[in-house]
Amino acid sequence: MESTLDIFVKAIFTENMIFAYFLGMCSYLAVSKTVKTGVGLGLAVIFVLVVTVPMNYLLENYVLKEGALTWLNPEYGLSGSKTIDLSFLSFIMFIAVVASIVQLVEMLVEKFAPTLYGALGIFLPLIAVNCSILGGALFMQDRQYSTILDATSFAFGSGIGWFIAIVSLAAIREKIRYSNVPPALRGLGITFIVTGLMGIAFMSFMGVEYGKKKDSKTNTISGGAVETSQIINDIKQ
Amino acid sequence: MSTTEEKVKAPKEPLFSKKNKRLITDPLSDNNPITIQVLGICSALAITVQVEQAFWMSVSVIFVMVFGNLIVSLLRNLIPSRVRIIVQLVIVASLVIIVNECLQAFVPDVSEKLSVFVGLIITNCIIMGRFEAFAMSNKPFPSILDAVGNAIGYAWILVLVALIREVFGSGKIWGAAIFGNNLPGEESGLYALGYVNNNMMILPPMALIVVGVIIWIQRTRNKDLVEEH
Repeated sequence: MESTLDIFVKAIFTENMIFAYFLGMCSYLAVSKTVKTGVGLGLAVIFVLVVTVPMNYLLENYVLKEGALTWLNPEYGLSGSKTIDLSFLSFIMFIAVVASIVQLVEMLVEKFAPTLYGALGIFLPLIAVNCSILGGALFMQDRQYSTILDATSFAFGSGIGWFIAIVSLAAIREKIRYSNVPPALRGLGITFIVTGLMGIAFMSFMGVEYGKKKDSKTNTISGGAVETSQIINDIKQ
Repeated sequence: MSTTEEKVKAPKEPLFSKKNKRLITDPLSDNNPITIQVLGICSALAITVQVEQAFWMSVSVIFVMVFGNLIVSLLRNLIPSRVRIIVQLVIVASLVIIVNECLQAFVPDVSEKLSVFVGLIITNCIIMGRFEAFAMSNKPFPSILDAVGNAIGYAWILVLVALIREVFGSGKIWGAAIFGNNLPGEESGLYALGYVNNNMMILPPMALIVVGVIIWIQRTRNKDLVEEH
């Protein structure tokens, strides 16, 4: 079993939202022109992920999952006679939670933390349709974290991973303005390629082992081959 | 948001007028959702390892987009503009649930591979983008055409990237080996001559680089699209 810290580190590096799953790419590419806006959006993503993923975790475990409604009536549980499985509703519930939380957070931040609102302001509404937020909820559902603490640390780690990605891309894009990029690649094209190269750099974190070793037999083969085949297996899953 | 002035149009126009045709053809290249508008990249890149997944993803997006645009366009005068995002999200989410249930029923193994990315169609920026930019201010028929055009513009890039990655990465098309057998010890075809699959192509970052190269080629051919940094 992975520890909470493992999940956290993994979410930042090896399972980085941007480089491994391409979640939230749209705003990542659109808002990474300067470091300042990048920081703003990155903070907003961390914030909203940390709030919404635990909410969705509770929803998933106490309402949506098969047999999750045991607390209402034992009959509805897994062993009961009238098992209820609402998991088909999860998409609509998750997105509703995300959209309403974003709205709520926006109002609360505006009221109680005007300086933070000034920094995050325009980014908060954008976030309702940022894939990384819904993606966080769906991965949480897919991976079935055992406690709410694990789910939260996953959310926080993913947020930080996203933040690192957007801030470093923004920094590179600020500098790239001074270089002589082929005209047809300027703007979007080079951004894609830079992100790809950053992704390759991030792949080197794949070699890091977390907690217990997964598979003892892969360790007998030499370095590079193990990594590639492991990565490929990971991706194929 | 959608003002009434925008909706006023020529009284009658033929079913496939020039304007309507442009709605379909424009997004295919000059205004492609992925390479020009930079929308919908999130889900596009992650599932381009194999053509099969990319194909089913494209079919799902076409379905969601056409019906979503149609529904939003029909409801465009009833949706209060303050809550329109939530209304749109609910419409997309319901359509995506239908798609997800169908995929699970008819192509379960593909559905398993697509995993969370089917759900992520909900936040696919192309769909929300077209709702906002087109369906909210246009009649149903042009909205359908716009949806078809944009969804196909998305689909062909997706399938192309998947094709490149699958051919060079695993030497297959739609799961069928094209360069011969590459099992160690019993190589045949190209592999017998020493050809090796480029495993790099299967890794996530290569999707970005392939799309980057496609953008490069497209902008070299059409100089109008070149950006000023």
